[in-house]
Amino acid sequence: MVLDANWAVKWLTLCAQAMAEHRVELIELDRAIGDSDHGENMDRGFQAVLVKLGESTPETPGAALKMTAMTLMSKVGGAAGPLYGTAFLRAATALGDSAEIDPAAWAGALEAARDGIVARGKAESGDKTMVDAWTPAVDAARAAADGGSTDVLSVLVAAAEAAEAGAVATDPMVARKGRASYLGERSAGHRDPGAVSSALILRAAVGAAA
Amino acid sequence: MKKLINDPKSVVQEAVQGFGLAHAGLVTISEDPIYVTRKDAPVAGKVGLVSGGGSGHEPLHAGYVGQGMLDAAVPGAVFTSPTPDQILPATLAVNSGAGVVHIVKNYTGDVLNFETAAELAEAEGVSVRTVLVNDDVAVEDSLYTAGRRGVGGTVLVEKIAGAAAERGDSLDAVAAIGERVNANVRTMGVALSACTVPHAGTPSFDLAEDEIEIGIGIHGEPGRHRIPMENADSITNRLLEPVLADLKISSGDKVLLFVNGMGGTPLSELYIVYRRAVQVLGDAGATVERSLVGNYITALEMQGCSISVLRLDDELTELWDAPVHTPALRWGV
Repeated sequence: MVLDANWAVKWLTLCAQAMAEHRVELIELDRAIGDSDHGENMDRGFQAVLVKLGESTPETPGAALKMTAMTLMSKVGGAAGPLYGTAFLRAATALGDSAEIDPAAWAGALEAARDGIVARGKAESGDKTMVDAWTPAVDAARAAADGGSTDVLSVLVAAAEAAEAGAVATDPMVARKGRASYLGERSAGHRDPGAVSSALILRAAVGAAA
Repeated sequence: MKKLINDPKSVVQEAVQGFGLAHAGLVTISEDPIYVTRKDAPVAGKVGLVSGGGSGHEPLHAGYVGQGMLDAAVPGAVFTSPTPDQILPATLAVNSGAGVVHIVKNYTGDVLNFETAAELAEAEGVSVRTVLVNDDVAVEDSLYTAGRRGVGGTVLVEKIAGAAAERGDSLDAVAAIGERVNANVRTMGVALSACTVPHAGTPSFDLAEDEIEIGIGIHGEPGRHRIPMENADSITNRLLEPVLADLKISSGDKVLLFVNGMGGTPLSELYIVYRRAVQVLGDAGATVERSLVGNYITALEMQGCSISVLRLDDELTELWDAPVHTPALRWGV
């Protein structure tokens, strides 16, 4: 299994499918601690990505991610648009013109994405945001890649599982960034919708390689 | 959900189309991407004023496009900030060479998208200043939150900064006036019921029949706490107490009192609130010199209101009184 442009296109297609499938769930999570728009916005953004993929075929994974970044930034709105836009853009930059992604490159791309999210949103781990999904994912991918794994699928799986666990771990947290922060203590007991959509994206990356 | 809509996905587009048709003498609309500019934009030599945010707060922002107020408004999806690819062309369309001021409410999404658009505009050679509105005293400890939200005070910042731009103030001067208004205005809101976002189809939060939420923002999102329903005077006291404390209102202050409806509360009830607010301000030794009562920054059909108090000085009063001709606010012309 190699992660090439075909894989990237499949990944983004599965992302669009996941956002459509989980649209209502994300709206409900956001209704509890935000303003009910996250599922709608992510679905709208990735449907636009699908349209773009239908118009032209990217030649490298980096090109696919850059196109995704620009589309999400212009179609999603809210905080998620600039945050995911920045994440995909930084990942694209990290991957450069490479035709294929190896385990170390995948870990590097995730790290660049996470750093971009942190720089834009100024959130830290524990603030009950998407960073709480991304940071464990970066750590897990890095550990798997540094462990000498040449099996890129296992690195994708490690990242996705860590992101999912990270999303679950936001349940008891008190939000300190974004709209949920206005709820203070009352934000505890709800899962962060941004962390959940991040986990869906990283799970789709596994699906595209399986 | 019962709403006068055709399709939840086309609410903003169709609303803007209708708005353009209804006010064709005052505004021009762009449909792709969506933004609204004043008919005569760009006005030669004048600083451009652009604001925007999620739809669902009508008449904010498009209703304030016109002479003496905004040059452009950029509506996002319902309760979702607009995107940089809307904000940028709106900014370029109203730039006469004198620069553009962005008036941005302090919500994470609005801040991030306007920040990106401002960077892109600067890259195209347009000078942009940003006035961040954060008048909501409901957010108590901004150290652990995204900071105070921009709510009702936004209307006052847009009117007064708009008048400064209209009289020919420079880019920095217009931004400074906007910041001065923001520094002197505080707001607190209450929700009696939730609203329903068209694409969500269910109310944005659950509030029991006998409960009210004190310290809401303009999406119904909470700030302070939930309490049992009380009468209008008592709620008014609760809203004004932190506003006056935070503004440090003292004897002799002259103020503008703005009682704003959230969309689902009749004007008669807003006047009952206004009546009590004037009494409370009087007890604090302040004089209400100017007033505004009505639905100016709403949250769809949410029941409730917000009270804003702006401490006035002679210049702010003069700019407030200056002529304005927009779909939602008009006097002096």
